[in-house]
Amino acid sequence: MAMSTAEIEALIKAAIPDAQVTIEDLAGDGDHYAATVISETFRGKSRVQQHQIVYAALQGRMGGVLHALALQTSAPT
Amino acid sequence: MTNPVFQRIESEIRENPVVLYMKGTPVFPQCGFSARVVQILSHVGVPFKGVNVLEDGELREGIKEFTNWPTIPQLYVKGEFVGGCDIIMEMYQAGELQAMMKDKGLVTAEA
Repeated sequence: MAMSTAEIEALIKAAIPDAQVTIEDLAGDGDHYAATVISETFRGKSRVQQHQIVYAALQGRMGGVLHALALQTSAPT
Repeated sequence: MTNPVFQRIESEIRENPVVLYMKGTPVFPQCGFSARVVQILSHVGVPFKGVNVLEDGELREGIKEFTNWPTIPQLYVKGEFVGGCDIIMEMYQAGELQAMMKDKGLVTAEA
């Protein structure tokens, strides 16, 4: 089962309310996405920690139903 | 209770300065994301140990739990988790990966 961009965005925003989320469907197959997430939550955290926050928001779907989500995270500039 | 796989991972990342948990082998990666990290490490010129998680279901699940990271590949340098494919790619493009490897004395030649 693939996920829609709207579902992914909703999950991220539910966990990180201030997140600015941009999601691209890379292959048009509902299975390969690239997401950029910008949030104040990320400030002062390592890249690994930032990505872990997003993965936690996806509640175990990453690596499961969501096979490929290229992730870029940062704090607002 | 601790997962018995954790002990194996712990000694592996302690005994080898650069370990890449990946799908397939460095010579024959079986996933595009793993292949990309292998390519980057080769380009940076750092020797690494590739561990094929596809050969070991316990390790494949265990490493995700150990790192608290849902995907493979996973790169460990001097016992520390550095990142997955996206982070390694970002660090490489920013020149940070090369700098880190040099700082840790893992690569001497200019890549």
